[in-house]
Amino acid sequence: MSDKNDIIESLVKKEYKYGFYTDVETETVPPGLNEDIIRLISHKKQEPEWLLEWRLKAYHQWITMKIPTWAKVKYQPIDFQSIVYYAAPKTRKAGPKSLEEVDPKLLETYEKLGIPLKEQERLAGVAVDAVFDSVSVATTFKEKLAEKGIIFCAFSEAVREYPELVKKYLGSVVPYTDNFYAALNTAVFSDGSFCYIPKGVRCPMELSTYFRINASSTGQFERTLIIADEGAYVSYLEGCTAPMRDENQLHAAVVELVALENAEIKYSTVQNWYPGDELGRGGIYNFVTKRGICKGKNSKISWTQVETGSAITWKYPSVILQGDNSIGEFYSVAVTNNYQQADTGTKMIHIGKNTRSTIVSKGISAGHGQNSYRGLVKVAKSAINARNFSQCDSLLIGNKCGAHTFPYIEVRTPTANVEHEATTSKIGEDQIFYCNQRGVSTQDAINMIVNGFCKEVFRELPMEFAVEAQKLLGVSLEGSVG
Amino acid sequence: MNNGQIILEIKNLHAGIEGKKILKGLNLTIKAGEVHAIMGPNGSGKSTLSAVLAGKSEYEVIEGEVIYMGKNLLEMAPEERAKEGVFLAFQYPVEIAGVNCAYFLKSALNEVRKYRGLSELDAIEFLNLAKEKMKLLELPEDFLKRSVNEGFSGGEKKKNEIFQMIILEPTLAILDETDSGLDIDALRIVSEGINQMRKPDKAQLVITHYQRLLNYIVPDFVHVLANGQIIKSGGKELALELEEHGYDWLTNGKG
Repeated sequence: MSDKNDIIESLVKKEYKYGFYTDVETETVPPGLNEDIIRLISHKKQEPEWLLEWRLKAYHQWITMKIPTWAKVKYQPIDFQSIVYYAAPKTRKAGPKSLEEVDPKLLETYEKLGIPLKEQERLAGVAVDAVFDSVSVATTFKEKLAEKGIIFCAFSEAVREYPELVKKYLGSVVPYTDNFYAALNTAVFSDGSFCYIPKGVRCPMELSTYFRINASSTGQFERTLIIADEGAYVSYLEGCTAPMRDENQLHAAVVELVALENAEIKYSTVQNWYPGDELGRGGIYNFVTKRGICKGKNSKISWTQVETGSAITWKYPSVILQGDNSIGEFYSVAVTNNYQQADTGTKMIHIGKNTRSTIVSKGISAGHGQNSYRGLVKVAKSAINARNFSQCDSLLIGNKCGAHTFPYIEVRTPTANVEHEATTSKIGEDQIFYCNQRGVSTQDAINMIVNGFCKEVFRELPMEFAVEAQKLLGVSLEGSVG
Repeated sequence: MNNGQIILEIKNLHAGIEGKKILKGLNLTIKAGEVHAIMGPNGSGKSTLSAVLAGKSEYEVIEGEVIYMGKNLLEMAPEERAKEGVFLAFQYPVEIAGVNCAYFLKSALNEVRKYRGLSELDAIEFLNLAKEKMKLLELPEDFLKRSVNEGFSGGEKKKNEIFQMIILEPTLAILDETDSGLDIDALRIVSEGINQMRKPDKAQLVITHYQRLLNYIVPDFVHVLANGQIIKSGGKELALELEEHGYDWLTNGKG
């Protein structure tokens, strides 16, 4: 009979389903980063002068900055001069176009990924912006959204069509001086999604962006900006995949959310970048800055993330609670299997009165995976009666993985109420045997236990995606017990 | 299946754990419709027997065979045994946080049903079935919503085992010290549940240290396990004799 420890150790081995490569002619810029490259990117995108200047400022800031080393992750130094900072499928003319003009190969790619872009086949009630390497290739349901005054388009299109809005909010939540990767992103960002919900409008469908890295040796540096004007509501989802490659690829995105008075933004991520193979070769370095500001009174921003991919995840979706009575939420499931590493969490910055925040973090470690929760709850003097509740749970599968928790709490008003709870548990052989004895296979038992562990987070996801996320989790952990 | 058909046949079973031999040539035959009790002192091998029959992988079979319904039981994976109709009511049921009883048991039942070529039950069908059987064990209404065994009292854990048994309808139920940790009321309720599963086409193997349980579950046969072997078999009166004289009566002739 097999040793029970082997059983738990071998749980995670299913092929990455999205690892294929699409053979399209790609237009790239030479590798490396300097002023000329930035000018070239800006020129290709026919950008206004102010944007180019902003990029260059960020670049000059970036070269003075050091790579952050405080996260609990280990990796070979990145050679920033060997990365290609812009890659686009060649067939694309400048500017957005109708689906009929999109290269069929690209449509096929998204279909294979389960994201059909053709109107009649689309997920009902979900508008999609598809970003392929450095450019947005298609945005669906644009006209329908426009009827309500909602703007949902590629970032580069927004720069051309709505420069005032972009200028007003771009960099207002994450300035380029914020951190190393935010500065890098500002210098070279290519595309991403832009979304504006006008006053009093409740967005009638889910908005979503699907990011795909295809070309080799390239980085993806997208920029997303979402603005919910007074009393507006939007639910937004992003998904991501990449081909399987032996080398590591960099993904350094910036996402900014702005919620004005009485507005609500719900932002959900299902991150499934290529995680590398079972020996830890290849995979995406996912170094992302995500932050929202509850600018107006009674506004709300909610982040929900399911992080199953990437070799390394470094991201802290945060909320600045500036408006009185505003609410920030962070729900996270992060899975690390094989040699994946994740250092993720959130920052809740309480400034306004009666602001409330909730943090629910579920870390799952299997194989040799290392999973860290890192979070900051900061309550300013002005944040009278602020409340925070944090819960960080870790689940270990096998005995070679690790879970770590780094909570930071800074409170400057005696009226605040901050609670932190943490647990660590392990899927035990006896639990699996108990399930087996009832007729449930080991794999199903693990899925059952893991899904039970994550359900508080899954129920925050839009329904179709909750189902997707559960399946994805099952696949990510397949083979972690044999 | 007829009364009298052999359900389980254990022949010369030698088994142990971590290099230590615990069962040393155990023989036992159980036929349909029968209830067998295995009694024995601590360390005699009672729990090893239930673990080997359920397929717990730390236990090693050194010699002998176990035939269940004409098939080699020892070659089957634990979940296969379960689906074939072998059920173990655990002495110490584990807690599974975050997984509620309804979800857990519905998954188990549907695995078993699929294997037997029956259609899977949907949520409503399952709930109707579960609620009916819950009454029998006097389980509280919120029971199905609670995480499996988490925060359960000793009595609730054992009731949950028997509840699962009643839902899964196994051919062979192995009850490992089901009476331990039960007060007299819980013992009565649990025993009634077990007795309800006493049917001509099924068999039960009741493992217990004390005679007490056998007042409620009256066995057809009683076997005394000592030092890894069955040293004496008899009818239900054997349990009473043991109660009176203690195990020493058989193991070293004193008494």
